[in-house]
Amino acid sequence: MEVLSLLADGFATSLSPLNLMIVLLGVTAGLFIGAMPGLGSVNGVAIVLPLTFIVPPSSAIILLAAIYYGAMYGGAVSSVLLGIPGASTAVATTFDGRPMAQKGEAGLALIAAATASFIGGTVSVVLFTLFAVPLADLALAFGPAEEFALVLLAFTTFVGLGGDDVLKTIIMICLGLVLSTVGLDLISGQPRLIFGDLPGFYAGISFLVLAIGVYGVGEVLHTIETSKSAPQVTPAKLTFSELAAGLKAMNRLWKTMSIGSFLGFFVGMLPAAGATPASLMAYGIARSTSKEPETFGKGNIEGVAAPETANNAASTGSLLPMLTLGIPGSPTTALLLGGMVMWGLMPGPMLFIEQPDFVWGLISSLYTANFAAVAINLALIPLFVWALRMPFTVLCALVLILCIVGGFAPSQKMHDVWLIAAFGFGGYLLRKADYPLAPLVLALVLGPLMEKSFRQTLIAEQGNVFAFVERPLSATFICIALLFFILPLLKHLRKVLRKDVSAPAE
Amino acid sequence: MIHKSIRGGIVGAAVTALFTLGSTSLASAEDWAPQKPIEMVIMAGQGGGADRLARLFQSIIQKENLASMPVLPVNKGGGSGAEALRYLSDNSGDDHKIMATLNSYYTTPLRNDIGVDIEEFTPIARMALDTFVLWVNADSDIQTMDDWVAAVKEAGGTWKMGGTGTGQEDSLVTAMLQDTFDIEITYVPFKGGGEVAKNLVGGHIDSTVNNPSEQMGFFQAGKSRPIAAFTPERLGAFPDVPTARELGHDIVYWMQRSFVGPKDMPAEAVAYYTEVFRQLSETEEWKTYTADKALMADFLTGDELQAYFLEEREKHAEILAAMEDEAS
Repeated sequence: MEVLSLLADGFATSLSPLNLMIVLLGVTAGLFIGAMPGLGSVNGVAIVLPLTFIVPPSSAIILLAAIYYGAMYGGAVSSVLLGIPGASTAVATTFDGRPMAQKGEAGLALIAAATASFIGGTVSVVLFTLFAVPLADLALAFGPAEEFALVLLAFTTFVGLGGDDVLKTIIMICLGLVLSTVGLDLISGQPRLIFGDLPGFYAGISFLVLAIGVYGVGEVLHTIETSKSAPQVTPAKLTFSELAAGLKAMNRLWKTMSIGSFLGFFVGMLPAAGATPASLMAYGIARSTSKEPETFGKGNIEGVAAPETANNAASTGSLLPMLTLGIPGSPTTALLLGGMVMWGLMPGPMLFIEQPDFVWGLISSLYTANFAAVAINLALIPLFVWALRMPFTVLCALVLILCIVGGFAPSQKMHDVWLIAAFGFGGYLLRKADYPLAPLVLALVLGPLMEKSFRQTLIAEQGNVFAFVERPLSATFICIALLFFILPLLKHLRKVLRKDVSAPAE
Repeated sequence: MIHKSIRGGIVGAAVTALFTLGSTSLASAEDWAPQKPIEMVIMAGQGGGADRLARLFQSIIQKENLASMPVLPVNKGGGSGAEALRYLSDNSGDDHKIMATLNSYYTTPLRNDIGVDIEEFTPIARMALDTFVLWVNADSDIQTMDDWVAAVKEAGGTWKMGGTGTGQEDSLVTAMLQDTFDIEITYVPFKGGGEVAKNLVGGHIDSTVNNPSEQMGFFQAGKSRPIAAFTPERLGAFPDVPTARELGHDIVYWMQRSFVGPKDMPAEAVAYYTEVFRQLSETEEWKTYTADKALMADFLTGDELQAYFLEEREKHAEILAAMEDEAS
């Protein structure tokens, strides 16, 4: 097969001593950058980008891809240990990763995250290798209507689940949607909800600020209150036998992980979507197909594996439109794209034909980066877990510092730090009143995407609402979305009916 | 204080540490030299065309050792660049801050009162003028400007023109087209030029006025077709594509890519930065990039640049006023 021989050539590049060293270096750096709340792959790639001139372009992109990959693995670390998602892609990981850590299973959660990331990453690299070029056309077929349908689907995988108080879930989604409209409106160019004329609100409310506020600060406040005497976080130990047991536990999750891998790859491939909706959808699907959905959110290992598989698969998937269409799917891939332009490479449909050495070198380095990342990550887990043994009083202060620094670093505005404080306090109150926080964060991430694509479609179709169901792709998504919404209702109905049927028989 | 020390501590320290190994200072003719990293404020968010170009400048400066201190790009894209403009006007006299501009440099203060007068800023250098071209999908039957106008007229207002946000460059060019040909167009705003280009090729919109750099990849793959260029002369990259002016329609529009400093930037510092950018404009990388992307490298500095800015601001005020008349 032609693909395989090209890939073999690629490996000849990526397995050179220099490039192997670069991969190890990049993955380790990325791992730590990703593990810091507030610092993500964007920052890592941005800092290193100008340095890449000292090595040949193929090595340079390998370094950047390794950082990108490492950060994806690292994002789970702060989600699990501190309950603060390091990046939007790791939000879903906190839902079950954090409760696991509180039960003293931080080590197991991290093992699950690392192996799931590895599976997701590997499956999607294989898909990438085999189908990169034909799949580019699918990405092109995605217009605003399809985008809207996909985001709607992501929402319903969450709402239709039941479990939590449905009314409270909907209230939180609405609140998140309101927050997501703050800032400059794309369509009209007018500022909205800027609280008088506070310049800080012009840029909108960033996801990171909300997540750090409600999860980081809110959690710290909550923990201080509930654990006046005993620390809530059980220090976890990690031994080799536990590692083996952890890997064994992962064995049972192959279904969740294969769904996560494919879902992540395809959603990540769509230029507008990316890894965040992919990981949230994977979590939602894992929960709704689970036999015991009520254990989700309370420390179910499946709830860690699902989003982690999907977000790594999606990060590979989002390289696809960047390479084949020249359209970045995320800020990080935008920087990678910028890097390629600097090295005189023209991303786009011709890249695979004109620069096969570069493309296949990059693809093969994704394989090596994946292996390096999982190995380094597993080796470092004891170190990460050890950090949790800190006295609670120290850990609390440390988390608060990380929250402030993490909120300030990306935008460098004090405005965001104040917002974090406000969201932290608000999040604490909401938590006390038993409101679910995940839908709030989800709505803020997906809201702008949904509103934008909805209005674009309506403008383009002269206000015709049926445009969404007239196109085959978007119609399919909307049907699945409806199904997700109705499914819990049907389940409930069936339960009631069964009772009726079984009652007279007794 | 917290503000300063954290930034210095985190980003500054990391980047300075990374770069000191490469910065064997350049012996410049001027006596002034930066004492700490230079902040390059970008009027747009990460990943867009403006951001990519600013980071290209940064990397060339770094690679060619044009400045004795590292350059730190900082994105302040909020409110179509209002955030960056305010930031610069709040830092009068600072000689370690420069800003990469685009056309929102004029339009943002014109559209909203943000308390900024660009006349007060210190012009440093204009690096290039980005060009605009009318594009259609390669599957379309449209070959000429006349075909295009006829097709738009036939669509009766449902013709979908994709572009960047309302009030930004693409929408201004579209307004000029509507005005010149007396046609009605449905303008669909997207988040960035790359997304616009993709939606044209995917068949979700009917035409665009993308910068050549945004469509180049698709053009080379034979997926999109340039119809006319909004430049005074034909573009080197598309010698067969006529200009609108040739066809008898006087539509010329540029996107300027320049650098300015805050109000009252010391003259020695201005001279230093001007020299950095003059050297940059002569590098091989920059020449290759401008040729590849059909960018007009048109270096301009000092008072001439200021005169250019003011003239452009006047022009944009007129276009915006005409757009508002139409909307009301």
